[in-house]
Amino acid sequence: MAENQNPAAPPTPADADGASTEHPPESPPARHSTVRALLRLWPYARVARWRIAGSVAAAGLASLSVLAVPMVLRRIVDGPIAHHDLAALRPLIGLLLVLGLAEAALFYTRRVILARPMAGVETAMRGDLYAKLQRLPVSFHDRWPSGQLLSRATSDMFVMRLFFVFPLVFLIVNSTVFVTGTVLMFTLDWRLALITLVPAVPLILYTRRFEGNYQTASRMAQDQNGDLATVVEESILGIRILKAFGRHRSMAEEFRQHSGELRTTELRKAGLLANLWAVIVGLPELALGCALAVGAWQVAEDGMSAGTLVAFLSTALALRWPVESLGWLLGFAAEAGSAANRFFEVMDEPEPSSLAAAEGAPSGAPAADDPGIRFTGVRFRYPDAPEGTPDLLTGIDLHVRPGETMALVGATGCGKTTLTALIPRLYEATAGSITLDGTDIRDLSRLRLRELVSVAFEEPTLFSASVRENVLMGAPEADEERLATALATAQAGFVAGLPEGADTQVGEQGLSLSGGQRQRLALARAVVGDPRFLVLDDPLSALDVHTEALVEQALRTVLASTTALVVAHRPSTVLLADRVALLADGRIEAVGTHQELLHSSPAYRALMSGEAAPELEGSLPR
Amino acid sequence: MTTTVQPATPAEDELPPPEADTQAALAAAEDEDIPVPPGAARALLGQLLGPHRRRITVAVLLILIQQAAMQSGPLLVAVAMDRGIPALRDHDSGPLIAVTAAYLGCALVATLLQRAFIRLSGRINQDILLDLRGRIFRHAQRLSLDFHERYTSGRIISRATSDVDALRELLAEGLQELLMVALSVCYITVVLLWMDWRLGLAALVSFLPMYLIVRSFRRRSQKVYRRSRTAVAALIVRFTETMNGIRPVQAFRREAANERAFGAVNRQSADATADGLLEMARYVGLSRTTANVWITGVVLVGAYLVTDGSLALGVLTAFVLYLRRLYDPIDQLAMFLNSYQSAAAALEKMAGLLAHEPSVAEPAEPVELPAAAGKGRDVGFDGVRFAYRNGKEVLPAFDLVLPAGQTVAVVGATGAGKSTLAKLLARFYDPTDGRVALDGVDLRDLATPELRRNVVMVTQESFLFSGTVAENIAIGKPDATRAEVEAAARAIGAHEFIAELPDGYDTDVRKRGGRISAGQRQLVAFARALLADPAVLILDEATSSLDVPGEQAVQRAMRTVLAGRTAVIIAHRLSTVEIADRVLVMDLGRVVEDGTPAELIAGTGRFAALHRTWRDSLV
Repeated sequence: MAENQNPAAPPTPADADGASTEHPPESPPARHSTVRALLRLWPYARVARWRIAGSVAAAGLASLSVLAVPMVLRRIVDGPIAHHDLAALRPLIGLLLVLGLAEAALFYTRRVILARPMAGVETAMRGDLYAKLQRLPVSFHDRWPSGQLLSRATSDMFVMRLFFVFPLVFLIVNSTVFVTGTVLMFTLDWRLALITLVPAVPLILYTRRFEGNYQTASRMAQDQNGDLATVVEESILGIRILKAFGRHRSMAEEFRQHSGELRTTELRKAGLLANLWAVIVGLPELALGCALAVGAWQVAEDGMSAGTLVAFLSTALALRWPVESLGWLLGFAAEAGSAANRFFEVMDEPEPSSLAAAEGAPSGAPAADDPGIRFTGVRFRYPDAPEGTPDLLTGIDLHVRPGETMALVGATGCGKTTLTALIPRLYEATAGSITLDGTDIRDLSRLRLRELVSVAFEEPTLFSASVRENVLMGAPEADEERLATALATAQAGFVAGLPEGADTQVGEQGLSLSGGQRQRLALARAVVGDPRFLVLDDPLSALDVHTEALVEQALRTVLASTTALVVAHRPSTVLLADRVALLADGRIEAVGTHQELLHSSPAYRALMSGEAAPELEGSLPR
Repeated sequence: MTTTVQPATPAEDELPPPEADTQAALAAAEDEDIPVPPGAARALLGQLLGPHRRRITVAVLLILIQQAAMQSGPLLVAVAMDRGIPALRDHDSGPLIAVTAAYLGCALVATLLQRAFIRLSGRINQDILLDLRGRIFRHAQRLSLDFHERYTSGRIISRATSDVDALRELLAEGLQELLMVALSVCYITVVLLWMDWRLGLAALVSFLPMYLIVRSFRRRSQKVYRRSRTAVAALIVRFTETMNGIRPVQAFRREAANERAFGAVNRQSADATADGLLEMARYVGLSRTTANVWITGVVLVGAYLVTDGSLALGVLTAFVLYLRRLYDPIDQLAMFLNSYQSAAAALEKMAGLLAHEPSVAEPAEPVELPAAAGKGRDVGFDGVRFAYRNGKEVLPAFDLVLPAGQTVAVVGATGAGKSTLAKLLARFYDPTDGRVALDGVDLRDLATPELRRNVVMVTQESFLFSGTVAENIAIGKPDATRAEVEAAARAIGAHEFIAELPDGYDTDVRKRGGRISAGQRQLVAFARALLADPAVLILDEATSSLDVPGEQAVQRAMRTVLAGRTAVIIAHRLSTVEIADRVLVMDLGRVVEDGTPAELIAGTGRFAALHRTWRDSLV
């Protein structure tokens, strides 16, 4: 990190050489074979395989009709024109017209038969990606910035779809046309054909090298583009901080540096392309010049017909697109290959096996022999925690009795939120077990488990939908009355004052609400379904004192009839609970009522009143 | 390609928007997109291209010569056939050798010039994009916060990313393609007319149906294209929302419902895509038919002309070769039209953003602050009125004097105008009427660096930039030494948790093990503010996520740190009030109670009532 010596530079998304490590999980820039990656897409394209075959056939026939044109021209030149026999011209012209119309019709067909199926392939892939991402555990999403996922769902998909529609077909067709055209040229005149074909060898060797270099460069450009997008994102999301400290100039410097790097890579890509074009256009053209000289000489001295020369030159010209397009198509294939690799980076991510297995399994009704929530020897470490650091949770044993409200307290960063996230299995416990009314949460289907457990997160997220939909997420079958009760419990009276009441659209696409308002809606969402188990993560942090008091009062009614675990930072929240569990050093250090713990646990006392801090003596209102 | 990157990485906390009452939010919703002044897009294009005028001229020259060399091929074939072969039959190989040499020479020149052109135009393109990206970025930074609150972050981000990409695609693929097509059409037409005006004219006539086909395609595809953009935008919104809210999605079993909703927009997008492909098929079919019919016609007429001796065989050959070249690029023209449309739309949006002037403007003639007597400075609100753009008044008429060194706590219900007060003092907004002054100098007369040296605000948002913890703290003072950074962290009680991170102060907050809780983020934000060492410090709900010990540590630090400075503390929690010299209770944009904490607690006003409730909640 070069920036360390100079903290003046605002922290940056990635230093130059860390560009690829910054992002997702150690994405290997290692060159997977393009072909292998593209082959893996086959299952998606399989539904359209007959269509693809049809498209290839149509394109092939079209190209053949293009190749047939010079042959007809030759007949015209050597026949009617040479012999001044205009009567013979008509059928040949008719043939020419038929070939031309056939070509146009085939071109049309080629595209038409692929249009819907290929749009469908893209949709299927995107749908699968989306579904997979929804199934992947939260720990996966912690590691992957949403921008990286988004580019896989959009631009990478476009590239792959385009590949199926165009380059795939033409890689096949053009190779066929190339071979056919070569054979034709040899039948016309083998010497001219040889001259024309000489450049093919260096051309193929060069394009192979190009493919590798260009793929590396485009992957690099994609990543650098992602880094640049990150700088932009951060500079916008952190705009208040940048403005508050007047630091936007140094951020701009950072931006300049990153966009400069991207420019360098893009220029390298342009350079590679320029060389490719030079080789791919120049070599055949030079060969054609030689063929022209030799051909003209043959017509003059060696009895070759003028028609043959015309036909040969037209054929060679007709072969230009297949050869010229080679580099372009390979470049595209390389890009599609790297898009496919990026797609499979996500699709290959293992899903928690138990989750996948339990999906759809009959959800055994919880056995009632051990009511409440019980943690037994639960350990947890984040999968991406560095080696050598201790586990975050090192053995949690805790029992929340049925109907009881348990407050969970502990110092900042001790793992309270993480502990609550284990219950609905947003994270998987590394060891130990959690049971709900005696049933291990791993034996419940994911759906059933999350139906039983309702959560209000510390950071309240609302979706682009109406207030009603956002709240009823917690219980889709709930009626108007339940909605009203839930909103009342969360003191979300402001909803009535919104332009369209509970039908007002909120979220990124709608009205933006304040932190406190969002928190209250999230709370309403958690309680609307009368869940059997309720997990609240510091649900009142963004509320002002007045509202907080009102919410607390209303919450008591809800908490009376449910088993709840409530993360609390403040004494006021703790008072909602029947008992309190103190989390420290990855274990539950003490459990008891608020009063009991105040007496027995100095750590708890310190946490609740800051009393342990000697220099604060007397500074607190008592 | 629309990649509207939405806020924050999943690991990142959702940022609560600044305290905004419903009215303000309504104003935001009404104000969907900023209007684009007429001609802004064109003016922007002019500004972007202007500095590269010379290089663009060179590039155009390169491509002019390149195309001339390139298109001379068939002509030379005609010469070889009509002159070279007869001469050779007369045992004169001179003409054929000359033609061959010319052909090879042209091929070589065309190749080298094309290479040079691609490199040069690539360079120009990249320079333009660099310039454009920088402009948008700097402009977005310059725009005032009221703008940022209206125009969602997602939209600004897409201006600087996907819209630039749209232009990049046009520059990289479309523009040089179009240039080549246009030039080759011109060249070929001229050569055809020159070789034989009858056939040339016949070829020229084909431009009319071609034009009609291109026009109809353009009209039809425009509609499909718009549909497709809309569908993709909807897709992106669904997608990012799900990924950013993956915790609630999974916890509330939204997967199936989401998949259905996503499937619907996904299908819409597929429909639009397919329709676009079908339009293209129709276009290609029609243009090919026209081209081939015309070629056949030319051969027919040509054959008659050659037969009656008024046309050379070589010329007819050249004609046929040229006509294929003439019609071949028509397909590419269609692709160009598509990227042109998206680039034009993108340019329009970017121009709109760039044309938007920040409402908080830099002073034309900045005034310097008088030398400070102590650490703090006087703050004065002089008849300040503040209303949102929709006319909703937040502060009707506000007067307040804070002597240097005073610590003031502001309390009141949501919507009372506390945050507005803070934002006016930090000059995130300018007052509608009246003035906010620092040591008697209007904030509007201060240059930004001068202002930021003196006034620093810590908000409840605790966004961390990627980079190390130390770098995040050093935002407060870019030239701070490690010792200073550590001292600030120690003073605020953040040192302990930072020291326990895998790499201590050098832990990257976005990398392995860099998980930092909301409370810890707020401590970092405090350390940053301490390091900045301002004369006036504003704390807006800055302790909302801290637990009791954390908050007390902060307050301990504040007692020392705030000594001598002017401080405005906005708080939901009354504990913060303890360190204040003075308390203001606000309601509906007015100060309703004003006094020392002790006075107010002893009284019978709202503050006394609030305070009682709060004390009861304590241990």
